[in-house]
Amino acid sequence: MTLNQLRPGQRAVVRVMHSSGPIRRRLRDLGLIEGTAVTCLGRSPLGDPAAYGVRGAAIALRRADSRTIEVEA
Amino acid sequence: MERIVALAGNPNVGKSTLFNQLTGLRQHTGNWTGKTVSTARGRCGDYTLVDLPGTYSLQPHSAEETVARDFLLHGGAEAVVVVCDAGCLERNLNLALQCRELCKRVLVCVNLLDEAQRRGILVDCGALSRELGVPVIGIVARERGCRDRVLAALDALMAAPEQPPPALPYPPEIRAAMERLLPIAAGERFPAPWLCIQLLAGETLPVSQELQEAAGEERAALGLDRDALEDRITDTLVREGERLCRGAVSGRREGYSAKDARLDRVLTGRWLAFPVLLLLLLAVFYITIRGANVPSEWLGARLSELGELLRRGLEALDAPPWLTGLLLDGAYRSLSLVVSVMLPPMAIFFPLFTLLEDAGYLPRVAYNLDRPFQCCRACGKQSLCMMMGLGCNAVGVTGCRIIDSPRERLLAVLTNGIMPCNGRFPLLIALLTLFFTPAGGSPLGPALGLTLVIAGSVAATFAVTALLSRTLLRGQPSAFVLELPPYRRPQIGKVLLRSVLDRTLFVLGRAAAVAAPAGALLWLLGHVQLGGESLLLRCAGALDPAGRFFGLDGAILLAFLLGLPANETVLPILLMIYGAGGTLGEVGALSEVHALLLQNGWTALTALCAVIFTVLHWPCSTTLLTVKKETGSWKWMALAAAVPTALGLLLCALAGVVGRILTI
Repeated sequence: MTLNQLRPGQRAVVRVMHSSGPIRRRLRDLGLIEGTAVTCLGRSPLGDPAAYGVRGAAIALRRADSRTIEVEA
Repeated sequence: MERIVALAGNPNVGKSTLFNQLTGLRQHTGNWTGKTVSTARGRCGDYTLVDLPGTYSLQPHSAEETVARDFLLHGGAEAVVVVCDAGCLERNLNLALQCRELCKRVLVCVNLLDEAQRRGILVDCGALSRELGVPVIGIVARERGCRDRVLAALDALMAAPEQPPPALPYPPEIRAAMERLLPIAAGERFPAPWLCIQLLAGETLPVSQELQEAAGEERAALGLDRDALEDRITDTLVREGERLCRGAVSGRREGYSAKDARLDRVLTGRWLAFPVLLLLLLAVFYITIRGANVPSEWLGARLSELGELLRRGLEALDAPPWLTGLLLDGAYRSLSLVVSVMLPPMAIFFPLFTLLEDAGYLPRVAYNLDRPFQCCRACGKQSLCMMMGLGCNAVGVTGCRIIDSPRERLLAVLTNGIMPCNGRFPLLIALLTLFFTPAGGSPLGPALGLTLVIAGSVAATFAVTALLSRTLLRGQPSAFVLELPPYRRPQIGKVLLRSVLDRTLFVLGRAAAVAAPAGALLWLLGHVQLGGESLLLRCAGALDPAGRFFGLDGAILLAFLLGLPANETVLPILLMIYGAGGTLGEVGALSEVHALLLQNGWTALTALCAVIFTVLHWPCSTTLLTVKKETGSWKWMALAAAVPTALGLLLCALAGVVGRILTI
């Protein structure tokens, strides 16, 4: 499944990142790489973006970006 | 000799707070990303501290990262203090490791220890120091005592020998390539291991031809594209950070504090987020408008007393009447009007806004509101610039720096003027009260009307943003990565001082500089007679056909034109033209204003068009100059004026046509 399918409170581990370019670099700088544990912290009131817990920080990502990240529960 | 020490760190880790604590400088710190775009400097003991922009990495992918890296390379810093957030140390160590590679003296300060402790996170600074090979101290940057500890650690660092470069566990093939390059890189002025890694990743740096070519060959031999190479290098740093934390951090390592989660359920929850946002905005406006009345009147009275003193002084000097008129009735009167009307609301609005910012609420606003901006191919952080624009458009335009993508930043800059600023509120409230609320109605009427006007401005902002990103500023929305910092108790004392100093006085200074000459010009226009009529009335007459076409009249258009330096002056100028007087009038009782407007042929339709034009016309000169400064181009400045004006005139003309059909 992909990161955007994670329900609030659910935890998963990143398997493959399909994103490329600036967003890929920014995510990796934030520590979001293969093998990283991610928790979905919640969604914004309009459903997109959603907030994820990554290495102790809360990061908001748009669905267009989180869709490109494969995770495994 | 000047000893330079750089201060590096991720955004939002209290870096600027520490900088202020160390240097005593009041630099504004924001609880969101990208506040420090240029570097601030300050003295601390024997050192000159340089506050670098907050970055996640030193790979030069963004403006901030390039500034930070270039300073570390060429800025002559003898040491780097890396500020880390104890709450997410793992991620922060990524930057600390990069600084280790780049600099010979590194001190790591683990900040926000108290906050982390409350979340159940414990950091063993001794263990981290042993693993990292550099001194590590734990601090709470908000507390006064941390200055001495950091200074002592810095003194010790400077006295100690240089630190050897770290041995980072890069993948074997990259390490092998690096080993082969090291002898060639030895003579370069950058740290050799770091330099080799950068060249292997495809970075272009000013090094010898020989090294350039050797690195190119090695890179080709590795057979990886740039993304893959950069991935491997970043991953090494991330995994090393992870390993270091396993030994140094205990307790809960994952997750969000329960308190923050509870607050988020309210402030970003599906049902409560928007009502809470609206209520907070209403509260901010209410406090601003109600709170500003008393100091405005007081300031106005004091400034007119001072004016009388000046007048007597000029009379004593036997100054000719025209000079007294030009200086006092023109320049001074306009200046004192702008100061007394503009200063109090700004001095209230911006501290309130800064409180929300310090508490960590503003990034949540961007989070809540991102979706509609995404539909306009813009960035959710634009919502924050719009909110600042409600206080002052010039501040809103400067605030657009928080948006990373240049295209999306430009969208936010160009549309900021559409949000009505504090300076336009009095005019809007007067028009709404006089023409659109039943006489003797509750004060709720104009408040509701103002809310509707602001809702309309938000809609117009979305429309213009969407239009621009499909025409002049075409492009796809860029990556949106927004960090939501923990909620923090704002520092009230500092907040007040900082926002008054930073925002209010800055804008006021700029506005006052234009208001005085504009006042003098206005006085001249009112007093120079041409064929028995003042120039002012002649101009209004000349503009009349155009004004009528758009449902306004010549006097209204002229008032907006002459009100360019400050929107606060539009209503007084208008009354001056209608009253045919030669000086800026006091805005007296509303009933008198109403009578004067009716005498000059105002109808509800005129008032409606005036409301539309108040929202949608050229931004004030201060804002326009700020747009020029932020975009570096006269062209964008012209566009920032042309777009809202065109839309405003279009809507006014439409309203005129519809209104005429309805009344016939």
